[in-house]
Amino acid sequence: MRVVEKRQLLSAEEIGRTLSRLAHEIVENSSGAKDLALIGVRRRGVPLSERLAKQIRGFANADVPVGTLDITLYRDDLSTVGPQPVVQSTQIDFPVDNQDLVVVDDVLYTGRTIRAAMNGLFDLGRPRRIRLCVLIDRGHRELPVEASFIGKSVQTSDSEIVEVRLQEIDGEERVVLVDRVP
Amino acid sequence: MLQRLSHLLGTETLSSEQIAFILDQAKPFQEFQRHSLKKLATLRGKTVAMAFFESSTRTRISFSTAAARLGADTMSLQAESSSLKKGESLIDTVRTLEAMRPDGIVIRHACSGAPEFVARRLEIPVLNAGDGTHEHPTQALLDALTIRDRKGRLEGWNITILGDILHSRVARSNIHLLSKFASRITLCGPAMWVPRELERLAANVRVVHHIDEALDGADIVMVLRVQTERIHEPALAPDEYIAGFQLTPARLRLARPDALVLHPGPIVRGLEIDSAVADGPQSGVLEQVTNGLAIRMALLYHLIGGAAADAPHPAKDRPNAFD
Repeated sequence: MRVVEKRQLLSAEEIGRTLSRLAHEIVENSSGAKDLALIGVRRRGVPLSERLAKQIRGFANADVPVGTLDITLYRDDLSTVGPQPVVQSTQIDFPVDNQDLVVVDDVLYTGRTIRAAMNGLFDLGRPRRIRLCVLIDRGHRELPVEASFIGKSVQTSDSEIVEVRLQEIDGEERVVLVDRVP
Repeated sequence: MLQRLSHLLGTETLSSEQIAFILDQAKPFQEFQRHSLKKLATLRGKTVAMAFFESSTRTRISFSTAAARLGADTMSLQAESSSLKKGESLIDTVRTLEAMRPDGIVIRHACSGAPEFVARRLEIPVLNAGDGTHEHPTQALLDALTIRDRKGRLEGWNITILGDILHSRVARSNIHLLSKFASRITLCGPAMWVPRELERLAANVRVVHHIDEALDGADIVMVLRVQTERIHEPALAPDEYIAGFQLTPARLRLARPDALVLHPGPIVRGLEIDSAVADGPQSGVLEQVTNGLAIRMALLYHLIGGAAADAPHPAKDRPNAFD
C-alpha cells in the first residue's frame, strides 16, 4: 500500500507538551494517583504509557504501575484474508481487581481496538474503572467508545491514515496525516 | 515473513525459522495460562476434530483444552468406542468427520504416515498428534520450548536421549528438531532398541550403549518411557533395564551440574527414572505439560484461525478498523 503525506499534525515538541498536559489531566482527575495504573495497548500505546508514568513520577512523586496489553487474540476481524497476525505478550504484573485503569493508545478511530482491550482486561479481573487516554482522536467511531483524555482531535476522511511515529519504535517523533494512493 | 503452515505433520520438514516462530508464538499463550479467566473468543465458531485412533489421555486432553481455551469446539473420536472396530477404513472415518465440516483435524494413529495420508486428501489443516513410530511434533516443540526457557537458549547443547529410541516417535521428532539447532545428540539404551543406523537420522547423532558414557557432559537428558509391551520382546527383564539404564541421582551427577531432565510422560517411577530425579530441581516434567498447552494453542491459533481465502467476512471491506 502506498501512502503520501498530507500534513503534519504534531511535531516532536508538540507531542512532548501534549503528553505533559495529559499526564497532569490524568492525575487531576484521579483523586491523586491512588489505585491508578496505566495500560499501554501494543504497539504505540506502550511507549506513550511509559512516558506518561515517567511524567507523573516527576511532578506528582507517585509511582504509577504500567502494564502492556496485546489485543490480537481479542480482535473481531481475525477471519479476514491472510495469515493470522503474530501474537505478542501481554504483561500486566499487578492485579487488575479494583484498580483505576487508564488505557493508553496512540489513535482512537473505530473503537474496536478499545473494545478488544476491555475484553482483555476483563479476562484478568474486575477493574473498578477503565478510562481511555489517546494522543489523537480521529473520529469515525463504530462502537460506543469515548476517550476521557485526548491529546488532539482531528477531522479525517476514511481513506486517510493517522500515523503516529515515536522514537522508541519508529526512530522519529511526529504525527502525520497520510493518504492512501490507489 | 514466515510461509504460512498448512499442516503440522512433523519436525523433519520444518525450518529452524518456522520452529523459532512457533516457540515465540507460544510465549503469549504461556502467559495466558496465568489469567484468572482462561477463555478466549479467538476461535469461536471453529470446530476442531480430534481423531485419536490410538489411545491417549495426556495429548488428547492437552489439545482439547487448547481448543476450548481459544473458544473453539471439538468433535471427538476415540479408538475404543469407534467404528474402526467395525472395520471402517481410515479414509472413510476421516471423510465422515470431514462431512461434519470441522475447521481442522488433530490426528493420532498407530500407522506411521497416516496424518500425511489424510492431509493429502482433505481441504483442512491436519495436526499430527503422534503417528506410529514416525513423529510426534508437538511433543518435540514443547520440549524445545522447555529447553529454551530453562537453559536460556535452544542452540548448541549436548543432549542425551535414554531408552527405546527405535520405537519412539518422540525421539525422532526431537532428533529432527534439535539437530537444526546445532545440538550434539547422544542416543543410549539397550542395544536392540538403539541400533547404530539411528546415527543416520541427522547430523551430529551418536549411539552409545553405556549410560555412564552417554551422560558424561550432557546438558539435557531426555528419558523415554519404557514401552512395557515391548520389554518382553527379546527378553529384557525390568530389573536388567533398571540396572543398565535407569536415571538415578548418582547417574545424573555424571551429567553437567545444571543438566535439565525431561520426560514426555507418563512416568513409570522406579523403572526408567528414579522418583528423586523425576521430582528433583533439575526436572522440567511439569513445565513440559504447561508448555504443551501453550504450544498447542499457538498452533491451533495459526493453523485453524483465520478463514479460507475466498470466505466472506464482514470485516473484509473495512481492513483498517484496528489502525
